[in-house]
Amino acid sequence: MFIPSSQASTQRADIAALEMRARQLRYRIVVTSHRSGTPHLGSCLSCVDILVAAYFSVLKLDPHAPRGLDRDRFILSKGHAAPALFQVLAMRGFYPEAMLEHYGEDGGVFAEHPPTPDQLPGIEAATGSLGHGLPIGLGFALAGRIQARDYRVMALLSDGECNEGSVWEAALLAGAQRTRNLCAIVDFNKWQATSRSEETMALSPLADKWRAFGWRAIEIDGHDMAALIEAMQPAPVEDERPTAIVAHTVKGKGVSFMEDDNNWHYRIPTADEVTLAGRELGVL
Amino acid sequence: MRNAFATEMTELANSQPELVLLSGDIGNKLFDRFKEIDVRRFFNCGVAEANMMGVAAGLALSGMRPVVYTITPFTTTRCFEQIRVDVCYHHAPVVIVGTGSGLSYAELGPTHHSLEDMAILRTLPGMRVIAPCDATELRLALRAALKEDGPVYIRIGKKGEPPMHQETPDFRIGRAIVLRSGKDVVLLAAGTIMSEVVEAADRLAAMGISAEVVSFHTVKPLDTDFLAQANDRFRLLVTVEEHGCIGGLGAAVAEWRADQDATTPMLRFGTPDEFMHEVGTQDYARTKFGLRADAIVSRITARLERG
Repeated sequence: MFIPSSQASTQRADIAALEMRARQLRYRIVVTSHRSGTPHLGSCLSCVDILVAAYFSVLKLDPHAPRGLDRDRFILSKGHAAPALFQVLAMRGFYPEAMLEHYGEDGGVFAEHPPTPDQLPGIEAATGSLGHGLPIGLGFALAGRIQARDYRVMALLSDGECNEGSVWEAALLAGAQRTRNLCAIVDFNKWQATSRSEETMALSPLADKWRAFGWRAIEIDGHDMAALIEAMQPAPVEDERPTAIVAHTVKGKGVSFMEDDNNWHYRIPTADEVTLAGRELGVL
Repeated sequence: MRNAFATEMTELANSQPELVLLSGDIGNKLFDRFKEIDVRRFFNCGVAEANMMGVAAGLALSGMRPVVYTITPFTTTRCFEQIRVDVCYHHAPVVIVGTGSGLSYAELGPTHHSLEDMAILRTLPGMRVIAPCDATELRLALRAALKEDGPVYIRIGKKGEPPMHQETPDFRIGRAIVLRSGKDVVLLAAGTIMSEVVEAADRLAAMGISAEVVSFHTVKPLDTDFLAQANDRFRLLVTVEEHGCIGGLGAAVAEWRADQDATTPMLRFGTPDEFMHEVGTQDYARTKFGLRADAIVSRITARLERG
């Protein structure tokens, strides 16, 4: 497709700006983990680019009307990446970034998993127990169809989460119902809590599994901002299938000594490691 | 009772555009009339109850009023975590209906018995637990449940249960209904076991014992006002349910009694801590577990004689 050079350069600039946000967010997540002792750093860092593409480019949202009836809905079904989501929602303007200074404090709202929508603006569903976000998202999608609203629903799952039977129950019903307004994104970082996901449960071929369940499936590099944005666009109108995006990612992405090292599922970085991470990310 | 459920749902579908019915692949033809009204609001969610409950929560959080319907164990114990997290944690207004509760499906074996559903659902914050005694109460319970702002569980029988109400009672969630006044003992019944309880009251009357018969349809929240005055008025509090003694109506009343330092003697009728391994009808199972009118009468008279 021919793209006028001015538009192409604008797009390149937009992508660069999104990538800069992703670097800033990664650093904030690492700092917060150190300060509050919150784990799941590897799981957070693998999905930052997905969150940035969704919240800063694709989703139709108004942070000042978080319950707007026509908004797009995003569910962090891999709830243990809440430390990433909390930072993204603050940067997107759902609440002041200063609120995050109280991360992990007793009596507060920020912890290891997303609270209910009543507790924090921008949250669509409380998650943390895996395998819940896609069924709830399917409910959102079916409600949108009944109410003739044209919003879209995205649910971000982990590869470990795809162990849960309820994910595949939802996939079957969504396939039968042809909920084209539903999109599942799998943050396929190849690890679950204690082992390689592929060695634990036979996930591969993951995209083909979704296709076999009646979904349109797209495989991309989950750290390629332009590819993410393109994959998240609505399906062609004649395609009624729900969409699954299998995003190949690296656990701990962005910090060399965390990348693909599953110790960072639970490890908390030291002050020195935080500084190193900040330098690598180019924000210090 | 399930026919009454389908009829009531069909009527409500006309007046409540946000009503949605989710079935776990049961009720063949039962919901044809509902579908005729608006097929977009009926979902056969297949034999996948965990997903069905999550979908219901998603619908409810989007302004719809979902009613989830399947056989009791599969809409309660099978998907308990989805009820806990997706429905109750979000205080989502989902109405969960379990059909074939208690020993209704005795012949199908313990996989289809439900003798722990009220116990486990009662533990969930915000959940309301209702066991209507007949079709009339069920229809009223369903209407009341759809006016609540949070989750409600309704356990119902199968079909052919005898009517217990001659007239339409004033039904409110959490408010016991007196079917027959009495002055010696009070029989608090939850659910379709009411037919045995009424017969027991008749037999007690013939023996000169005046029994008050109460439909204690709401097991949570308890009608504590009623319990307080009953504790003062009667010589014996009796609870009867087609449910395990652990955690059901009797346990709930016993908890209330302990908290209140209430001293009126109490007798609980329910099933013991065991699965039923032999085959039998619902009446056989009720007999085995001491839930028939004659067994109820004999334990009550023995207790009264003991003083």
